[in-house]
Amino acid sequence: MQSGGFYDALPAMNLLSQPIGPAHYLVVGAILFTCGVVAMTVKRNAIGVLMGIELVLNGANLNFVAFGSPGLAGGPHSLGLDGQWIAMFVIVLAAAEAAVALAIALCFYRNFATVDVDRGEELHG
Amino acid sequence: MTAYFINLLAGYPAWHWLVYLTIGLVQAALFLALAMLSVAVFNWLERKVAARVQDRLGPTRVGGRFGWLQSPADGLKLLCKEDLIPAGADHMLFRLAPYISFCAAFTPYLALPLAPGWVVQPLDTAVFFILAVAGLEIFGVILGGYASNSKWSLYGAMREAAQVVGYEIPLGLCVVTVVLAAGTLDLEQIAEAQRGWFWHWNLVNPFLFVTFWIYMTCATAGSNRAPFDLPEAESEIVAGFMTEYSGFRWSIFFMAEYTAMLLLSLVAAILFAGGWNGPVPVASLLGLTDKNGPLAEWCGHALGACNLIFKGYLGVTFMMWLRWTLPRLRVDQVMATCLKYCVPLACAMLAGTMAWTFLLRGGF
Amino acid sequence: MDITLWHNVFFFLMAGVACGTALAVVLAGNVVRMAFYLITSLAAVAGLFFLAGAQFLGAMQLMVYVGGTLVLLAFGVMLTARGPLSSMRTGGGQWVLAALLGGSLLAVLLQTVVQVGGPGGEAASTLAAAEETQSPTTAQLGLGLLGVRSQPPGQALARPAPPPAPGYLLVFEIISVHLLVVLVGAAYLARAKWRRPERLVIHHPPLAASQQLTTDN
Repeated sequence: MQSGGFYDALPAMNLLSQPIGPAHYLVVGAILFTCGVVAMTVKRNAIGVLMGIELVLNGANLNFVAFGSPGLAGGPHSLGLDGQWIAMFVIVLAAAEAAVALAIALCFYRNFATVDVDRGEELHG
Repeated sequence: MTAYFINLLAGYPAWHWLVYLTIGLVQAALFLALAMLSVAVFNWLERKVAARVQDRLGPTRVGGRFGWLQSPADGLKLLCKEDLIPAGADHMLFRLAPYISFCAAFTPYLALPLAPGWVVQPLDTAVFFILAVAGLEIFGVILGGYASNSKWSLYGAMREAAQVVGYEIPLGLCVVTVVLAAGTLDLEQIAEAQRGWFWHWNLVNPFLFVTFWIYMTCATAGSNRAPFDLPEAESEIVAGFMTEYSGFRWSIFFMAEYTAMLLLSLVAAILFAGGWNGPVPVASLLGLTDKNGPLAEWCGHALGACNLIFKGYLGVTFMMWLRWTLPRLRVDQVMATCLKYCVPLACAMLAGTMAWTFLLRGGF
Repeated sequence: MDITLWHNVFFFLMAGVACGTALAVVLAGNVVRMAFYLITSLAAVAGLFFLAGAQFLGAMQLMVYVGGTLVLLAFGVMLTARGPLSSMRTGGGQWVLAALLGGSLLAVLLQTVVQVGGPGGEAASTLAAAEETQSPTTAQLGLGLLGVRSQPPGQALARPAPPPAPGYLLVFEIISVHLLVVLVGAAYLARAKWRRPERLVIHHPPLAASQQLTTDN
């Protein structure tokens, strides 16, 4: 990468001057992933935590699709069509996991009359 | 068309972006015009069909003996109504909900071919894209119903969500049946495989004939048209999720509903009834094909597009006719029809089509 | 300055919407608004999939993720919306910690991500140009799920063909069964529990000793 002083401080800024390639998709994936992780840590609503999980999975999916995109095709880093297959399976598994997580949230709501995860402290030592 | 203009401006590459923008806007405007004019026609047609089914005349005063100007008059009235937002409503979501519904109903027109080559974005996965985006309409309903801060809205929204999501399954199964018979998800190729006389249409296949009727049932249910219109029934829950919407916002929901009906009818026409290929291949009989030059080809395509739109209108008229003929189903009957009748029947048709394709055509 | 411009414009538009609404999910207080922002974010991600040449995946994201999973989430939000929603706010200290965590994670990820180079070999230099040369078709995706690998039409291999890698048939079958099991389980977990109606109990006053019923007359 370039060795400008300013550009070293913000590693993603020099991407703006390059044509759109896989690295740009990876940056978006990284931002989504981070937002998802922060949502998982910060939210007290169980459904909010679940939304964080969805964001994390989508960030990962973007990574797979970026590595499988034609921009890298033929190169050593390319996943080819495998990227799309793996992303497909991730989508299906995420749907399954969201269904179970929501069922658990509903049971939690029935038992505690709230979905506040801080109230789930019966096993607290 | 894009390539033609780009070639024209080959010496000025700096203007290519303007060409792309202009052509994109023109295509969007054409499809928007189609959708909006259709909505106006359907508004008038609905009242006339309702009137005739009920043995009366319908609009006969506004704009002549047949009430041609009734639709613009209705539109003008809706524009002039007071804009009300209920107290306690979520402002942002309340305002956005109708536009979500309309965008989800209109975006699939991107991938809908009106004639070979007459498509805004030729997609490999056209029919999948259309079903996927049309299924996003439900968010406008849920968010609108929630944001209205009214119990009738919430009930209507939840019922409608359950109904639409439930009927997406047999709808998808019907489409998969046709895709199996045609071997591709591309709508252009599915319609081109039905080129010729009416016995080349997919309707001739007995399994696909039954599938067509299941598809029309699911399309009616998915657009919340009677007899599946419990979520917006006046005598049951005021107006369901549209209770608190009046004036222009209501008209956007209304446009979304008619746009979705037309979309599903056009897709049915392409999948089952040959698309732009008429029962008689008039275009090739009159010599309006590409063998006689680009103008003849264009005329042939235009004829096909008119044919397709006419079939779409027939489908919508059928849905309107159904509305004023059958009584309304209860919500448990709605879900029972979906899960106990439509889904098993669609699965049986899928299996039958598989057998038919293997036995009669000797493979896919 | 041809289609690349619009490709870039749409990429930045979709990426901006995806990142902005993802941030809004974190910052929003009302859980219904969070659901709406998540819907917008995932729809923008589907748009990014379309731009990256994964058409089938983009449509699948819209149908399964946005049109399925998020509808489920919206239902979950509505069903659990009663109760003290307003008191579920996180304190200020937790926000600072979360910001530190998020910032450091983002910095680490970005440092890694920008080291991904451009394309290798004789492939097209930008995604926009590559889209026009070759893009995988749905048929190839479907064949892979049946365990058959095929080349995209018209692709010239930049290096000798590697030994054929296995397809995804087993994974496909496992995931199908997994989905069935999971959905049955989730439906069972979330079922409405029937309450047995309480029996009507009639209390008789206790009988005096002389009035007690005897078996022999």
